[in-house]
Amino acid sequence: MGDHHHGPAQGVTRWLFTTNHKDIGTMYLWFSFAMFLLGGFFAMVIRAELFQPGMQLVEPAFFNQMTTLHGLVMVFGAIMPSFVGLANWLIPMMIGAPDMALPRMNNWSFWILPPAFLMLASTLFMEGGAPAFGWTFYAPLSTTYAAPSVTFFIFAIHILGVSSIMGSINIIATVMNMRAPGMTYMKMPLFVWTWLITAFLLVAVMPVLAGAVTMMLMDIHFGTSFFSAAGGGDPVLFQHIFWFFGHPEVYIIILPAFGVVSQIIPAFSRKPLFGYASMVYATASIAFLSFIVWAHHMYTVGMPVAGELFFMYATMLIAVPTGVKVFNWITTMWRGALSFETPMLFCIGFLVLFTLGGFTGLMLSIAPADFQYHDTYFVVAHFHYVMVAGAVFSMTAAVYYWLPKWCGRMYNESMGKTHFWISFIGFNITFFPQHFVGLAGMPRRIPDYALQFADFNMMSSIGAFIYGASQLLFLYNVVATIVAGKPVREDKVWDGAEGLEWTVPTPAPYHTFEEPPVVPKPAGTI
Amino acid sequence: MGKLFSGASLALFAPLVMAQNQVNMSPGVTEIGADIFELHMLIMWICVVIGVAVFAVMFYSMYAHRKSKGYQASQFHESTKVEVAWTVVPFLILIAMAVPATSTLLEVYDNDEAELDILVTGYQWKWKYEYLQESGENVAFFSNLATAQEEIYNTQAKGANYLLEVDEPLVIPTNTKVRFLITANDVIHSWWVPEIAVKRDAIPGFINEAWTRVPQEGIYRGQCTELCGAYHGFMPVEVHAVSRDEFDAWMAAKRGAALAQDQLAMQTLSADELMSKGKAVYDGACLACHGAQGQGGIGNAIAGSPVVLGDVGAHMAVVAKGVAGTAMQAFGGQLSDVELAAVLTYQRNAFGNNTGDVVQPSDITGMKNG
Repeated sequence: MGDHHHGPAQGVTRWLFTTNHKDIGTMYLWFSFAMFLLGGFFAMVIRAELFQPGMQLVEPAFFNQMTTLHGLVMVFGAIMPSFVGLANWLIPMMIGAPDMALPRMNNWSFWILPPAFLMLASTLFMEGGAPAFGWTFYAPLSTTYAAPSVTFFIFAIHILGVSSIMGSINIIATVMNMRAPGMTYMKMPLFVWTWLITAFLLVAVMPVLAGAVTMMLMDIHFGTSFFSAAGGGDPVLFQHIFWFFGHPEVYIIILPAFGVVSQIIPAFSRKPLFGYASMVYATASIAFLSFIVWAHHMYTVGMPVAGELFFMYATMLIAVPTGVKVFNWITTMWRGALSFETPMLFCIGFLVLFTLGGFTGLMLSIAPADFQYHDTYFVVAHFHYVMVAGAVFSMTAAVYYWLPKWCGRMYNESMGKTHFWISFIGFNITFFPQHFVGLAGMPRRIPDYALQFADFNMMSSIGAFIYGASQLLFLYNVVATIVAGKPVREDKVWDGAEGLEWTVPTPAPYHTFEEPPVVPKPAGTI
Repeated sequence: MGKLFSGASLALFAPLVMAQNQVNMSPGVTEIGADIFELHMLIMWICVVIGVAVFAVMFYSMYAHRKSKGYQASQFHESTKVEVAWTVVPFLILIAMAVPATSTLLEVYDNDEAELDILVTGYQWKWKYEYLQESGENVAFFSNLATAQEEIYNTQAKGANYLLEVDEPLVIPTNTKVRFLITANDVIHSWWVPEIAVKRDAIPGFINEAWTRVPQEGIYRGQCTELCGAYHGFMPVEVHAVSRDEFDAWMAAKRGAALAQDQLAMQTLSADELMSKGKAVYDGACLACHGAQGQGGIGNAIAGSPVVLGDVGAHMAVVAKGVAGTAMQAFGGQLSDVELAAVLTYQRNAFGNNTGDVVQPSDITGMKNG
């Protein structure tokens, strides 16, 4: 021990027992990519079945298992862990810390994830099939009427929650205690800020989710009636609890994405982020609002009109801080010296498409109009614009942007740009027509549809196959870079990049900032 | 202003709207539907205008401020004035949106003074409609998907109203305020007909209200919009809006049929009658789970089933009371005595079961009474 400059252990134990933030970050990233492919495979099954009207490939019951697992795997397996991986890699390097504050817990919070997803995936092979009640698992479909595998689903959710809570406590502890001298809160890179706020959201709402699934467990196995009106309970209570978790959850997914974009756009604009302080306040406002808007997912459950009005007004308010962010990003680009490498392309794609998703979100917030939008493909289009073009695009941008720092090799730029364009086009072919079919009256979560929706569904499926295939190109590009990419030696890989992570050698050594760095006055602060 | 907006937008969208591929919400036929549509178009156009303005700035910058053109980056990074402006202006726009949204919402919630009350109950996977009468002589029936399995499984051409047609539609009078009392029997469903602008969740144990006033006769179609299990996609809503006279005549006929059914229950029916009635009941109530040939599916096989081939009383108990913890529902409350007798007879003699048993409506009444 005692030796400061020891490298990683050899063999499999390096990964099993590691407490190194970079190793753990890497494992999170690879795991989330594997889950992204698995969830993507489920999506391909869904789109293949929906290619034409009529039942072709799967039975309706199995179709519901696919939509459910697609949602669960993408939200809990792909997007959330990918940003935790990014946080692990970057937060210590961005604030000048040698590692995360709680490295052993860090190891544990990663290693309980794979068994949880193995268990969730194994439900596919159980009698009665996998969970088939949607990722929102509304009771009583998920309790009294669920397949026996629901109990494994509940256990898996519990483990994921524990993992998330441990991960966020670690991030909060790291950011609060491990900043290098001089790294004040208002000097932290925006990615660190957004993750700090996200971590608080996670700590606040994951226990609520745990409560919801525990009540389900009680209803299923121990004779309680939390969600059954026959026993004095209330099925709508489930929805209130779920969305009290679920709405902050969507910001848990998107805030770190905002952070990523706020790092990359200034780098390729060669200009400091516009309105740093207002970005921080906007992020905090969005986080606060996320706790008081949950019932906008439930306009049709028969709430009193006063409730509808409150949730409508509160939801509309979110447009203000979100607008501030978009304006800030665009003003950051304004009169910069712009170049369009792959990470920047994905960020611009994010900016345009996420904003489009924001607009449809504003439309959905209007309660009376939502009576026509609710649970149609319009909603599906909306949340894929913010989840895929928002979170996934920004995550992809992050990988291209920091990969050279991580592995000391440069990715293939033209392959990266090709990946962007195929993704961008495929994504829009997939999801833009879903606005149309949704407005025209196609409900979501149906395995078969009326004939007037046929053309746009076929288009959607073709787009989905294109988008899906483009991810294989991404995988190839990343693997090829790690194995045989052109070596990069500059500390500062991108000429416009700012931040402490660009002051360490490339590739980043196993241990960084064992001595606290001198914090330069970051551009953009006074 | 709203009218102006929707007028302009309709004209813009007109070339895009093909007969097959509708790209926008339909204003439908009701006043509220039209109000919602206008609201939708208003908000959408505001978003479009803002989006075009914002991204015009961005794309101009991407064109003009390129590094490859040798553009030198400026280093400005804040301006309290513009930051306050783009916080306050959107806030004012939101207030402008909230005003019409609020008034339309209050309209939607005005459930008073209905002239006709209909209880809508969601079942896995069909709707039950019950016309509530002050006399207590309610008229009730189930509305099942009418699309043939052969169409769904692609062995037969699909009809124009594929998946949107039912065996017995809901009939309502025009120009009448109809109030729907919406609930469910098992899981949560949601009753939606876009053209008459009604969507409300059907929640077991709770009753939600919604209303409509349909000004013109016609057939309006919709679907269940809350995931409710395997056949969520196969429980459509079909509403026929007819004139008051036609409605009264239909109602009288329904009442007459209900009376005849009651009388039928007193009689002894022939085996053929029971079999043909039984097949109709089977196709509507059993086929989705037990298969067209009684081969099973979600439910157990009927062909050769020990329950079906065994004691009539036990068979009746399963059908009437359902099997707890499975998808097998309690049909005792859903089917009349005649229908129960017919479907039991049919199951016991179809698909090679050939027990020769004939179950009469009076047997059912007897079993129900103990």
